[in-house]
Amino acid sequence: MPKSTPSIDMTPMVDLAFLLVTFFMLSASFRSNEPVEVDVPSSISDRIIPENIVMVTIDKGGRVFFNMSDPEARRELLQNMSGKYKTALSQKQIDEFVYMSTFGCSMQELPTYLSLESEKRKLFNTVGIPSDSTKNQLKDWIFYGNIAALNTGKTAYEEAKMKGESPEVNDFKPKFILKVDGKAAYVHAQNVISTFRDLHLNNLNFVTSMEAAPL
Amino acid sequence: MAEIAEGGGGGHDKGKKRAKKSSTRVDMTPMVDLAFLLLTFFVLTSTFSKPKVMSLVYPAKPDESEKVDAPKINNAITFLVTEDKVFYYEGQYYPVSAPGPEGPTKLVETNFGPSGLRKLLADKNKFVLEGKEGLDKKLKSKEIADTTYTRLLIDFKSKRESLKVLIKTDDKATCKNFIDLVDELKIAEVGVIAPVDILASELELLKQNAK
Repeated sequence: MPKSTPSIDMTPMVDLAFLLVTFFMLSASFRSNEPVEVDVPSSISDRIIPENIVMVTIDKGGRVFFNMSDPEARRELLQNMSGKYKTALSQKQIDEFVYMSTFGCSMQELPTYLSLESEKRKLFNTVGIPSDSTKNQLKDWIFYGNIAALNTGKTAYEEAKMKGESPEVNDFKPKFILKVDGKAAYVHAQNVISTFRDLHLNNLNFVTSMEAAPL
Repeated sequence: MAEIAEGGGGGHDKGKKRAKKSSTRVDMTPMVDLAFLLLTFFVLTSTFSKPKVMSLVYPAKPDESEKVDAPKINNAITFLVTEDKVFYYEGQYYPVSAPGPEGPTKLVETNFGPSGLRKLLADKNKFVLEGKEGLDKKLKSKEIADTTYTRLLIDFKSKRESLKVLIKTDDKATCKNFIDLVDELKIAEVGVIAPVDILASELELLKQNAK
């Protein structure tokens, strides 16, 4: 009989465990803290969402939200918007906006909205970005967003070119994404789409979850 | 368990074997516990799939100054969508006030399931689907390259004989209905998809049928 109690060498298992932990930690991308939950419909499309995007979200009740992927473009966009609507924003509020995710409030509500803590923003009582024909603020967001995203896209394109890569110009141009809730009435989407079309932006993408294609 | 051998220590304990026997062991159980806890957490929370997008090109808005009449389209189907229901008619629209050769347009009901829309579209868009099959075969036998395949497929879709689809919605239709329909059109390889505004008389007709 052996003197010591039989022990299993756990080293390989622990190695593997840590390897997996490291892998998952590095590969995990967390869902950003969205102020609105949207249940998107499914389609067979397998195109992955592009990089440089201008996104408009429509929730179940038809409220409109706006988001942009590039932080630098967001800064430029906010400058233009606050200039146009004469909204005074502090440096802290501007920084907050640059690193924020989707938002949906009118330009008048924006300073109050930006001063809130991110947890309280979800409860912020708003009707979304005004997008009706009389005071279409969404149109301005998209218009200036497009310009800002074009600028940052151009910079990114030139940087990629400097590095000796052969980038495709179209990959750097902003893409327009619509994230609509499946239960939202299509008229709300139609209104937003018509705003895009007014700005001559006719190529739109709908966010969908994937389903298997029929054989 | 991993062990850390007691090393060095000087040569003072010559012959004392007892001291060498008891090695310093670090109890790694808590660390391993934590490692597995983290592992479980990351496995369960990580999302690998990025969201997918379905692109759709809308027709450009015509300028205010030039008023263009709706062009006569050959081989077109118009879908009228209302809440969870879908109707269609083929070809030109004839209102009750101005009936065509076969009287005013009548709507036909179909559904979003495989027996409804998919069957209908597969039948109507046979031209493109058969063309695609031929191209698929050529691609498989490496007669044509990937890029040529894509180009030829687009050519096929925009030919005169291929199906064109107009989508009209009323105010009760949901986005899910719309996307389901567009999805079916993409499955059936319809090249021209145009979401357009509904006419007042069509709306009336749709309301009657949807009851």
